[in-house]
Amino acid sequence: MRRILVGIKRVIDYNVRVRVRPDGTGVVTDGVKMSINPFDEIALEEALRIRERGEADEVVAISVGTDDTQQQLRNALAMGADRAILVKADPSVEAPAVARALLELVERENPRLVILGKQAIDDDCNQTGQMLAALWNRPQATFASKIELKGDAARVTREVDAGLETIEVDLPAVCTTDLRLNEPRYIKLPDIMKAKKKPLDVTDMAALGVDPAPLLKVLKYEPPPQRQKGVIVKDAAELVTALKQKGLV
Amino acid sequence: MNRVLIVAEHTDGKLNAAVAKCVACAAAIPEAEISVAVLAKDGKAVADAAAAIRGVARVLLVRNPANEPALAAVLAPQVVKLAHGYGHVFGPSTTFGKDLMPRVAALLGAPQVSDVMAVESATRFRRPVYAGNAIATVEAPAGRQIVATVRVASFQAAPGGGSAPVETPSLDVELPAHTRFVSVSAARSDRPDLQTAARVVSGGRALGSAENFAVIQRLADRLGAAIGASRAAVDAGYAPNELQVGQTGKIIAPELYVAIGISGAIQHLTGIKDARTIVAINKDAEAPIFEVADYGLVGDLFTVVPEIEKLL
Repeated sequence: MRRILVGIKRVIDYNVRVRVRPDGTGVVTDGVKMSINPFDEIALEEALRIRERGEADEVVAISVGTDDTQQQLRNALAMGADRAILVKADPSVEAPAVARALLELVERENPRLVILGKQAIDDDCNQTGQMLAALWNRPQATFASKIELKGDAARVTREVDAGLETIEVDLPAVCTTDLRLNEPRYIKLPDIMKAKKKPLDVTDMAALGVDPAPLLKVLKYEPPPQRQKGVIVKDAAELVTALKQKGLV
Repeated sequence: MNRVLIVAEHTDGKLNAAVAKCVACAAAIPEAEISVAVLAKDGKAVADAAAAIRGVARVLLVRNPANEPALAAVLAPQVVKLAHGYGHVFGPSTTFGKDLMPRVAALLGAPQVSDVMAVESATRFRRPVYAGNAIATVEAPAGRQIVATVRVASFQAAPGGGSAPVETPSLDVELPAHTRFVSVSAARSDRPDLQTAARVVSGGRALGSAENFAVIQRLADRLGAAIGASRAAVDAGYAPNELQVGQTGKIIAPELYVAIGISGAIQHLTGIKDARTIVAINKDAEAPIFEVADYGLVGDLFTVVPEIEKLL
């Protein structure tokens, strides 16, 4: 079975303006909309397209997170994943432990390709895919904007600081997604009904033999320093005069 | 003494400007002793440039044809060998460092602190989370290695004038053949580099087309500025991906940032909040970009920008 594993993380929705809790212990999550991490949606969309092209047989959505993450995995199933696995873990779980849990599942599932988001928009770490590839001793193709499978290898175009880089990696490999890889599909109502019947297995870190204890301790969260609101100038002349006075142009 | 190893980024025989900023970050660690690792095909000029950064105690030059162009899977096992005896292993938070450092961290069994914006102690760092909507202070366990990427926009480059010795250790490491470089398409231009430019002119969705992006180019030429773009402009194909400024693009800290036709989504603002002066030009007086702009001009960019050019 040519299988693709896709990572799904539950995060505060992209459109929510995140606020730090007054006591500095975290950010406000009560009553806040939660969604699939946008980069993970792109990862899932890419896996579905590969399957629809006939280059994979099964797409498995995997999450390491709280029990609530079943909602996001149901959405992944509604988008088109064939089955899902939730590895239950505390919200404090970090990339190294997630990578080890994914490695355990990779060894059971024998995927041809693992596609993860390049970063989660909550902790902005950008680590998990690279860590999984290292532990698995397999190639990584991060920040992908194009993935082409060619036999036992994949040709991946990556968004790098200089422009676009193309590399070739032997399969199996880990890819992480960048924004321009694709535009994820919308979920249709009948698919939500169908998704309820698809298998969603629940396990936990202990069952996989992974120590979930975080290595880093977050001591506090603070709001960022705010920029002073500036002035509105009336026209181009006033703007250029002001910039010249400050020696900026 | 805290021994810090910095992995140097370089392209076409030139040291990346981000490295001197990593040195500045590392130097903020109490009793830091800083080494810079240069993994290259030849690397002589790069190693000499790294040796000239003040605060660098030594440069470790590892020559291998496999090291260029840089591939994380090839570099990581070499960095792991070099990291022996170092408490901290740093790299820049560029696509090079973001790709490489977590692979190094996993091989070392070390935690990674991504995007360090301030050093509070040898084990305590500040970093942005939630697109910069919160700043987290994190503590790494003492007595084990710490891997970090340095948010280069948060640090002033360490000055030159140093003269560290260059050592050439030989590494006995098996390098993987499973990852192969094919090509890179980089836009060559005489323009300053977006990540280190003193002035940046950025365009957004309001430009309306790739052709209209010439408005941004003309003003940037006039100012000797680098060009940036919002995600909306890149998604729409008005500008290439490497120009994207924001949470998932480039984080920059120029002296002057001119945002033209950019509404100012929070993900964009996180990429520019360290800019010294922000100028915003937008038709919509309610656009969030005006909340952070030092100078705001409400108007049609196609009228206003040529006027500005004439006045410069």
